[in-house]
Amino acid sequence: MLSYTIKRLIQGLITVWFIATATFLAMHAVPGNPLSGAKAMNVEIRQNLERKYGLNKPVGEQYLIYMGNLARGDLGISFTQKNREVNDIIREHFPVSATLGIMAVVFAALGGALFGALTALNRNKWPDTVIMLAVILGISVPSFVFAAFSQLMVVKINALLGISILPVAGWGTVSHMLLPSLVLGLGTMAYLTRLMRSSMLEIINSDYIRTANAKGLPQTRIFLQHEMRNAILPLVTVLGPSIAGITTGSFVVELVFAIPGLGRYFVQAVQQLDYTVIMGTTVFFGAFLVLMVILVDLLYGLIDPRVRVS
Amino acid sequence: MLALALAAIILVTLLMFGLSLLSGSTKAKPGADFATKTITVTLTDEPPNLDSSLTADQISSFVLGHVMEGLLRLDENNQLAPGVAEKWEIRADGATFWLRPDARWSDGKPVTAHDFVFAWRKTVDPASASEYANIMNAIRNADDITAGKLPPEALGVQAVGDRMLKVQFAKPVPYFDRLMAFNVFFPIREDFYKATHGRYASGADMLLYNGPFKMVQWVHGAHIRFEKNPAYWDARRIAINVIDIPYFTSDPSARVNLFRDRRIAQAGLAQQNLEEAQLLGWNIRSFRDGGVFYVEFNHRRDRLSRNRNFRKAIQYALDSSVEVNKVIKQPGYLPGKSVFPIWLDGVNDKFRKEYPAPEYTPDTARARAYLARAKQELGLSKIPPIMLLAGDDPISGRVAEYYQDMLKRQLDLDVRIDSQIFKQRLAKMLAGDFDLVMAGWGPDYADPLTFGDLFLTGNVNNRGQYSNPAYDEQVRIAQNSNDRKVRMDAFGRMQQIIFDDAVVLPEYERALLFAVDPQISGVVRRVFGADPDFTYVKIAKE
Repeated sequence: MLSYTIKRLIQGLITVWFIATATFLAMHAVPGNPLSGAKAMNVEIRQNLERKYGLNKPVGEQYLIYMGNLARGDLGISFTQKNREVNDIIREHFPVSATLGIMAVVFAALGGALFGALTALNRNKWPDTVIMLAVILGISVPSFVFAAFSQLMVVKINALLGISILPVAGWGTVSHMLLPSLVLGLGTMAYLTRLMRSSMLEIINSDYIRTANAKGLPQTRIFLQHEMRNAILPLVTVLGPSIAGITTGSFVVELVFAIPGLGRYFVQAVQQLDYTVIMGTTVFFGAFLVLMVILVDLLYGLIDPRVRVS
Repeated sequence: MLALALAAIILVTLLMFGLSLLSGSTKAKPGADFATKTITVTLTDEPPNLDSSLTADQISSFVLGHVMEGLLRLDENNQLAPGVAEKWEIRADGATFWLRPDARWSDGKPVTAHDFVFAWRKTVDPASASEYANIMNAIRNADDITAGKLPPEALGVQAVGDRMLKVQFAKPVPYFDRLMAFNVFFPIREDFYKATHGRYASGADMLLYNGPFKMVQWVHGAHIRFEKNPAYWDARRIAINVIDIPYFTSDPSARVNLFRDRRIAQAGLAQQNLEEAQLLGWNIRSFRDGGVFYVEFNHRRDRLSRNRNFRKAIQYALDSSVEVNKVIKQPGYLPGKSVFPIWLDGVNDKFRKEYPAPEYTPDTARARAYLARAKQELGLSKIPPIMLLAGDDPISGRVAEYYQDMLKRQLDLDVRIDSQIFKQRLAKMLAGDFDLVMAGWGPDYADPLTFGDLFLTGNVNNRGQYSNPAYDEQVRIAQNSNDRKVRMDAFGRMQQIIFDDAVVLPEYERALLFAVDPQISGVVRRVFGADPDFTYVKIAKE
């Protein structure tokens, strides 16, 4: 188990190095310059800036310097937020995205498992039809539509009641988090519902459930101990990447609800060619995703004793 | 089993509602609160840099304009008013400023002439790499210091005691007083700066304030709060106690929703929100931000657009009033007639009143005649497809398609639209990878020269690389004279050359729309400096 973990971690490190290198090359291949703005600078000022940011050196040298700093955990200073280190940006904004993301994942996993089970157990009856219709909506409608729509609904409800039930946007209290996390988790929940449904259908038609029924086990026990536990495995598999995907922030949801998460910095950095923030966030997200996948693999062994990690 | 699942779902739903009711029961704070004299507003983004000597963006300059003050400031009518300086004098060879005795920093110490000397030297220092260092080139030795040829101490500015600042010019700068309201000329106190060990302006406690407000809270990307600065010399003028900014979002719909919910006192409107805002009967205003937008031709040697008759053909085929009224259709926009916008001052009146833009009417027959001559000169029977470089925003897209359509119908020209995101468009503009580009310019200072020198040979912002000795001569006259009439005459001639030679085709002067809470008055919009300026705001009782 320990040697397996170590092996996976080393593989993970190589993956992260690969991500960093590929991002670095792609970023420098994009036409444009992090220092360019609507107004061109005169030569002296541009040279001064390039010196300050080390852009006057050849790309190969810049790469080596960057990798050296990365190994020491120094991600550099942002090109656009000129007084902030990328480490600070990640440290301050990732917890926000993570909080939002964890709430969204809890919501998605809980809802996905329950709705999925519900549809499978009522296959081709009305709960199945209604929920699967909602699932199609949840998967196909993009989150910015849900975000804008739910925000407008809150405005209308607040106006109707004359008191503020939920804040329209902003960050700070639990009430600020509810709506955005719901919106953020909706797509994943729909996807998990489908997954749970098909996995549950397979289980309820299997021989050991028939045996359990024949032996006269109580229905709740069959449901909880035999059906749920087995059907939930595929969910756990995709939960890892989902957690990474959701907790690293959603640009759209953060924008609409004015949430100071990391997703916003990630997308803006790409638009503004903010080299250090692009590198920092990509490497961080990459490492986080790799770690989540490893964790899920280890977790899998705990949930399903048949899976022997070798 | 079904009952169990249903029960769980109901439980979760109830839990969420319970939580929302519990936490939502706090009383909402309105966007304009008379009782606490607080206004709440939004920012589109985090201020990128609050070190006044380095700031080059609009959001930071909004913040700095509220918490800092230069030697002079702009008042509610956008006229120059005394700031830290109570008296000043601008001559052909330099300027002198007399500082008021009661100007103080937020820690109670006086603002002195040394604080200006320190900040200005820091701006031109090559180690600071300030993007706006060139605006100091008016001062003696500034350009040599930025280029690393002289030490920052050589800058032509001296403190005579604590309360007199003397400036030597490199050449006459008749608009020097107007520059003093610009953030790179704001003071920075040396001892405080050094005590921050390179972290100056990185947080609310890493700055000293000498303006009407001080920043008491700055949670990055999330929340900024200004409170009235009791140390400010003119604190009696400030009628509100707090400016609260708890929302950072660039999404126009989110801002509109916040405004509908009465959480904010002012909201910028995008075109898609306009109709709704009108239906709701909001107090909508428009504001022209001073920028001019135009189609710029590529005048490089290997380009068709270098041919004057070709450019004139396009000039007579397009119509800026159709573009503004039928294509853009946004209130407040003004059809472009000149690269010198209507707000610029001339000798005694507005520049455009004294020197009207050349009048012309779009004329298809004339355009075709010009094109025939161009084809002859170029030795072409058919003009190959031309490349129109455009931005990726909705307005640029619509306008580019309008051009494509007009030029096809009127002149049988094939236009290929090359839509690019901002950075890529800049890269292509600088590389000269276009025939026509939709460009624009926002002014750096309140003088026609900020637009006039754009087409000077060798200017880095002359992206079309237009070069004409007759034009350059007029720019030199405007740059070196201290006589208002002589300079304005020169700008008048530049305006004529730009039209005659079809250097660029003016499209429009842009306008921004915003809604204001009817309870507040005195929001000042500015072409320069802090925009919007809330320091003159008053809140009425509901």
